[in-house]
Amino acid sequence: MATDIAPQRSGLAEQPPTDNYLTHSSGLSSWIFTLDHKRIGMMYLIGVTTALFLGGIFALVLRIELLTPGKTIISADTYNQMFTLHGAVMVFLFIIPGIPAALGNFVLPLMLGAKDVAFPRLNLFSFHLWVMGLCMFLLTLILGGLDTGWTFYAPYSVTTNTSVISALTGAFLLGFSSIFTGLNFIVTSHVLRPKGMNWFKLPLFIWALYATAIIQVLATPVLAITLLLLLVEKATGIGVFDPALGGDPVLFQHFFWFYSHPAVYIMVLPAMGVISELIAAFTHKRIFGYSFIAFSSVGIAVIGFLVWGHHMFTSGESKLVAMVFSGITFTVAIPSAIKVFNWVASLYKGSIRLATPMLYALSFLVLFSIGGLTGLHLATLSVDVYFHDTYFVVAHFHYVMVGSALTAMLGGLFYWWPKMVGRMYNETVGQISAGFVFVGFNMTFFPQFILGCQGMPRRYYNYLPEFQTWHQVSTCGALTLGVGIMLATGCLLHALLRGRIAPANPWGGTTLEWQCSSPPPFDNFKSPPPIHDPYDVDYIVYDEAIGGYVQRDDVPQAGARSQPESGSEG
Amino acid sequence: MASTVEALSPSEDHEGHGEHHPPHLAHHFASPRQQEYSGKLGMWLFLVQEVLFFSGLFCAYSVYRSNHPEIFVYAHNYLNTTLGATNTAVLIFSSLTMALAVRAAQNSQRKTLIVCLILTIVCGFIFMGIKYTEYSHKWHEGLLWGHHYDPAFAPGEEHLSGGHNASHGEEGEAGMIAEEHGSEAETGEPDSSVEPAPQATASPPPKVDTSAPITPATAVGSQLPKPGEATSETIAAAGPLAIPAEASPQNVQIFFSIYFMMTGLHGVHVVAGIIVLFWLLRRSIRGDFSREYSAPVDLVGLYWHLVDLVWIYLFPLLYLIH
Repeated sequence: MATDIAPQRSGLAEQPPTDNYLTHSSGLSSWIFTLDHKRIGMMYLIGVTTALFLGGIFALVLRIELLTPGKTIISADTYNQMFTLHGAVMVFLFIIPGIPAALGNFVLPLMLGAKDVAFPRLNLFSFHLWVMGLCMFLLTLILGGLDTGWTFYAPYSVTTNTSVISALTGAFLLGFSSIFTGLNFIVTSHVLRPKGMNWFKLPLFIWALYATAIIQVLATPVLAITLLLLLVEKATGIGVFDPALGGDPVLFQHFFWFYSHPAVYIMVLPAMGVISELIAAFTHKRIFGYSFIAFSSVGIAVIGFLVWGHHMFTSGESKLVAMVFSGITFTVAIPSAIKVFNWVASLYKGSIRLATPMLYALSFLVLFSIGGLTGLHLATLSVDVYFHDTYFVVAHFHYVMVGSALTAMLGGLFYWWPKMVGRMYNETVGQISAGFVFVGFNMTFFPQFILGCQGMPRRYYNYLPEFQTWHQVSTCGALTLGVGIMLATGCLLHALLRGRIAPANPWGGTTLEWQCSSPPPFDNFKSPPPIHDPYDVDYIVYDEAIGGYVQRDDVPQAGARSQPESGSEG
Repeated sequence: MASTVEALSPSEDHEGHGEHHPPHLAHHFASPRQQEYSGKLGMWLFLVQEVLFFSGLFCAYSVYRSNHPEIFVYAHNYLNTTLGATNTAVLIFSSLTMALAVRAAQNSQRKTLIVCLILTIVCGFIFMGIKYTEYSHKWHEGLLWGHHYDPAFAPGEEHLSGGHNASHGEEGEAGMIAEEHGSEAETGEPDSSVEPAPQATASPPPKVDTSAPITPATAVGSQLPKPGEATSETIAAAGPLAIPAEASPQNVQIFFSIYFMMTGLHGVHVVAGIIVLFWLLRRSIRGDFSREYSAPVDLVGLYWHLVDLVWIYLFPLLYLIH
């Protein structure tokens, strides 16, 4: 933080100060080497969106290929590469950094009332690692692709001729990027809370990010060493996973899933955090069951470490081990369901406003419920043996990863976009995009449940003619989903360029980020903001003059808690 | 990590609460105490992360050792316990000097700090030097991973000849080879049972390039028909250091895969530590550290201790198996 802080008035609910983080300095290097968490968050956002489009194009190519049995547009080898790259790009480059690194980076310090994350340099370094990871994946594309599946299972990944090494390096770098983000968030949440902000005054998004960060720090290193072993194996034939040399390929699967199952919670926990914020803001009511939602995040994170074996029911686990993993997997449903019940209960008697973010949040509730409940099918041993490696699994995890994580991310983006860029988006277009995404998504993936039940195996290039109808429905759905995402992107970009100037608090959000101007000033808060209950709607009131909400006691900073009645003049 | 709390400039006074920040205090922290606490917490999390990073290897070690204890018992005899123990002592000593460095920094004793840091760095170099000796020894004797595994000796006499091989350079090898041929029965023995498949099927063994200078691969092949006799000869001929047990178990190379991965990764961490120590040294010569601000020394100390600790586990797990 070499830059001096310009003296500046605290902008609590006043007219936006002329200086904000976007205008604070200019030039390309002021972005690439910035230490400001908001700019890093925005760069992450641009990055992960690029990855989303890249992975999305792969997905569309896959779906179009599956319109007919046999060859439609690409060869079988290309198809293998497409689904591999689709998975790898979406998982490592998009979903895992998606909400925590992009939205989390931007929002977490603001919500906390802090000036930045604890280690701004590390934050920037983690972004640079992300970029290097992206470059390695692009290199993989150039050097002949990758056809191992995103799981890199040995021994095939050791023998294939595609450029596994660069992809592994990429995933390795992205892993450390994720670790450092998590580490930063944990320390930030512990250390940079202003006076009065105790754990139970933290917004639920921070709880979710905290739980996510625990997984990032504890699980990702295991992936890193696994990838490193595989990399060395590929480069020098070390043989740790090669049965011909006395190695054990199942050990790879254990290592891989020890990370990659918790990674599912890296994807979905922050999404749940976003949903908690959206529901609180758009029901204009204190969220129901705050501490249950908070602790269920941590619960999911902890239990998530103990269930990896359910990916391996068919790789020769003993019956006892399989039963234990199956049992623990069922218990994950408990904290997940606690969250859903609390969200639904929050809707009850709330003044629900169906703005775009809320539409996404409601979609999330439906899609996550479906995704979660079908997870129970797969946790059941007897059923899993049938469903293993079918489209049922594909549909299940897409409901969780796309239906939940992507939907929540879009909802969060629409919600925080006015804060990020200081402009409002077009509400109608936003709502239409939410409709397209919801319909398109279900049309894509619900048929895949049916296909899975009928026995369609995943990752297959060809299929029996009787599966064709559902495949075609699914492809149409994918195109609809694509239109929805394009609409959402277009809507947000239009807002960036042409949108109406956003007030500091357009939604009636009660958490701290809405107390600084939109977009936030360079150092967020000149002095620590007054802390109160994060979901207490009594402190804010709608002000027609500025089209947004303002603090009830409009005297900045003085007597924070004392006079909630002191005037509605705004 | 340490770099995140790097000061902007050397500091003089650290009265520092409230209005004006001391120079080493980053703008987003309220007080030096908060900054120091952040650094500590961050470092500990980083160390947790490091432990988990190594845990994969320890886990692989446990799996393979519990499945094939005979491989580990057999192959650890190839390792030179003396060198390993020396390295352990060196690292433990370096931990002491590092701890003294931290104390010196906290007490504003610039000279002591510099001396301790230099001692720590020297220990790091000694460790890496000894590691290099061990590695090059193994490299020359074909004690490598995967297909490269092609030992020139049975584990027993490896110790005997290991002494001079390590001290000899390139020119020493000729003598070594002659020595080997002299006792061909013993040298051939472990090979014949380790890699019977490639030898028997006459497929070209990929090991040739690495082990060519030393190993008479053809001679090894010729020993194949009578492994039983060779074994009994070995037991008779090998000195007291040879393991009296039966022939080499299968898949001994997996031990060396794990050995090289674990010690290699640890070595990378030592090198990283040395680099950071140099950075600290430069800063302490510049006089950055004092009673009020010694966090970087503290943090690097924590890291260095962890690296030592990992070795303290590695040494018995790899060298002292019974």
